[in-house]
Amino acid sequence: MPFTWLVLILLAIATIGFILGRRRALNSAGGDRRELHSLPVYYGANVAMWAIVPAATVLIIWMLAQPFFVNSRVLATLPDAMVSEGSSIGLVMSDVRRVADGLDVAVQLGAMSRAEAASISTETSDVRERLGEVGVALGSAVSPEVLSGAQRYRTLNAAGSLLMTVLVLLIALGGAAYAYSKSTANFRARNNVERGILALLIAAASVAILTTIGILFALLFNTIEFFKLYPAADFFFGTNWAPSFSGRGGSSDLGVLPLLWGTFYISFIALLVAVPIGLFSAIYLSEYAGPKVRSVAKPLIEILAGIPTIVYGLFALLTVGPLLVSMFGKDTLGWMQGGTAVMTAGLVMGIMLIPFVSSLSDDIINAVPQAMRDGSYGLGATKSETIRQVIIPAALPGIVGAILLAASRAIGETMIVVLGAGAAARLSLNPFDAMTTITAKIVSQLTGDADFASPEALVAFALGMTLFVLTLGLNVFALYIVRKYREQYD
Amino acid sequence: MNDMRIVERKVDTNEVKIAAKDVQVYYGDNHAIKDVSVEIEDKTVTAFIGPSGCGKSTFLRCINRMNDTIDVCRVVGDIMIDGEDIYDPKVDPVQLRAKVGMVFQKPNPFPKSIYDNVAYGPKIHGLAKNKADLDNIVENALRRGAIWDEVKDRLHAPGTGLSGGQQQRLCIARAIATEPEVLLMDEPCSALDPIATAQVEELIDDLRKSYSVVIVTHSMQQAARVSQKTAFFHLGHLVEYGETTTIFTNPVDPRTESYITGRIG
Repeated sequence: MPFTWLVLILLAIATIGFILGRRRALNSAGGDRRELHSLPVYYGANVAMWAIVPAATVLIIWMLAQPFFVNSRVLATLPDAMVSEGSSIGLVMSDVRRVADGLDVAVQLGAMSRAEAASISTETSDVRERLGEVGVALGSAVSPEVLSGAQRYRTLNAAGSLLMTVLVLLIALGGAAYAYSKSTANFRARNNVERGILALLIAAASVAILTTIGILFALLFNTIEFFKLYPAADFFFGTNWAPSFSGRGGSSDLGVLPLLWGTFYISFIALLVAVPIGLFSAIYLSEYAGPKVRSVAKPLIEILAGIPTIVYGLFALLTVGPLLVSMFGKDTLGWMQGGTAVMTAGLVMGIMLIPFVSSLSDDIINAVPQAMRDGSYGLGATKSETIRQVIIPAALPGIVGAILLAASRAIGETMIVVLGAGAAARLSLNPFDAMTTITAKIVSQLTGDADFASPEALVAFALGMTLFVLTLGLNVFALYIVRKYREQYD
Repeated sequence: MNDMRIVERKVDTNEVKIAAKDVQVYYGDNHAIKDVSVEIEDKTVTAFIGPSGCGKSTFLRCINRMNDTIDVCRVVGDIMIDGEDIYDPKVDPVQLRAKVGMVFQKPNPFPKSIYDNVAYGPKIHGLAKNKADLDNIVENALRRGAIWDEVKDRLHAPGTGLSGGQQQRLCIARAIATEPEVLLMDEPCSALDPIATAQVEELIDDLRKSYSVVIVTHSMQQAARVSQKTAFFHLGHLVEYGETTTIFTNPVDPRTESYITGRIG
């Protein structure tokens, strides 16, 4: 609650600052807005900006830093014996936090007074039972060290929050006062607000970039962790994928090749379906279809892109799989053992990718200048000759880009594979065999109850990293192609 | 102006190549060309002049049925080339366009090499017996387009890399390569500088030996320089048509006189 209040108070300060700043600027110009350097709203906005931005920055940094600070302080008070005795530091700290949260709940429900929560000790009462009464279940009896740690945790947190609230409000008031004092007719409020907006836009862009970098580092560190436990050569060149969940140790085979093969095979079949159909439909829509057909058909095709992939997965499992079995299964050709196969997933994924290819290609083909078409028709070329020999070559860089984008989608697709291709990792040329992909295996490695520190779980990060490098490489390649040919075909 | 050198040019033949009779063109409800009748002679340069929006480009595009590619456009009346009605249902517009080449206002080389740009038409229409023959056709077209010397060492460089004037001459060479009988030019010099314009004009005069050339232009000096016959269009009507010398020195219609002296347009 206090946090919500703090934000509301901040907003109130900003609003009042806006009104006051605007009024002060107007008054300083004798009520004549033509005398002001900027429009009155800019003076108000400048005050509001000064009230919110520094205060909010401090607030965010404080909230990120406080847990670390409190944790280390509480940890320092815990006796070393406790940690070495049993499990790791992390487990003890999570006990402390759980008890502290429990005390919070108890105070909130009125089962304990504030003073009691601060002074309760294991000698006078059964803390576990008291907390159990308010619905906080603890695994074992609370030791005196943990309890005192929890109490210290609570006091530190409370003090920190109070200090933060006071500091943030002071900064907000100070910022507003500073900007208010500047709100006179000659002050260039407009330019200041402009800079503020620029900073906001840069901050938004940085969030996206920093998040990407953060994800990359998280992947990287865990991948390194995995390669400490499992030899890299076995991972990259192993042809067998057989993780064991029985326990730690060398009993698992974690070779990536079968998964990589499955990924490529399924993506290849998907592109084999999507590229011709998508490209041809794009050509029809952009070159042959009349405006009426186009206005109906284009949105209809794009609806395909809006269908959730799990629905495609169901379609693969319940419709396409059985259909393929009836055509290639035991009763007829005997190529297919069950409904889940590379072919099933590939076909359905191909259908999913059609709108990506067709919609992008359609835009690109439309962007080819009419002068190209006129030139070709003027030489006596037919429509299809013009498309084949002039328009497609001119649009090729864009079309290649669209196809590579579709390929990235195919490589990263999960749900269709889980439901349509089966879970068996295998190196086989037969498209009617069940196979699996990198993404599907990441899901299955992390959704089990394997120990998070075991190679069987950490391999997911190595797989994720492989996938990331693959799609990154594909995107870089796509950019390279597009740039190279753009120079040639202006 | 010194550029207005109006030379007495002997018209080589008086054989009619294109005969249009009572042509009407509609863009949807807009009546763009009204009752145009004109006889264009073979081996002659005919210039269409007139203010913007007067229908001269529209009429030019009727001669090779380029207007067919515009959905709302409707053409009524007869246009005969060599006595054959080109709007007859039996006529294939694609074949017609091979016979009636066109050069556009803005140079529009294809995103291909110089060689492939010129070889495009001959390949489509199967004009070459073999590779050597095709090489010959390309070389001849480029020579006649007066651009061979500039590009002979880089035939496989992209056509889009040439300068504007070179691109336009490449487009003319491309149109010549299909051996058309008529060459339509829609303001071929409006995107070019004076030097490139002079080169293209020289080329047009040269092309007259073999083709009937129809050129739309906004520059009256250009019309006077390159053409033997001039047609003046105004508001969709063909106002006056005759020898270039007559049109520019002694026009019959007062509108023509106002236009060439710069009072309307």
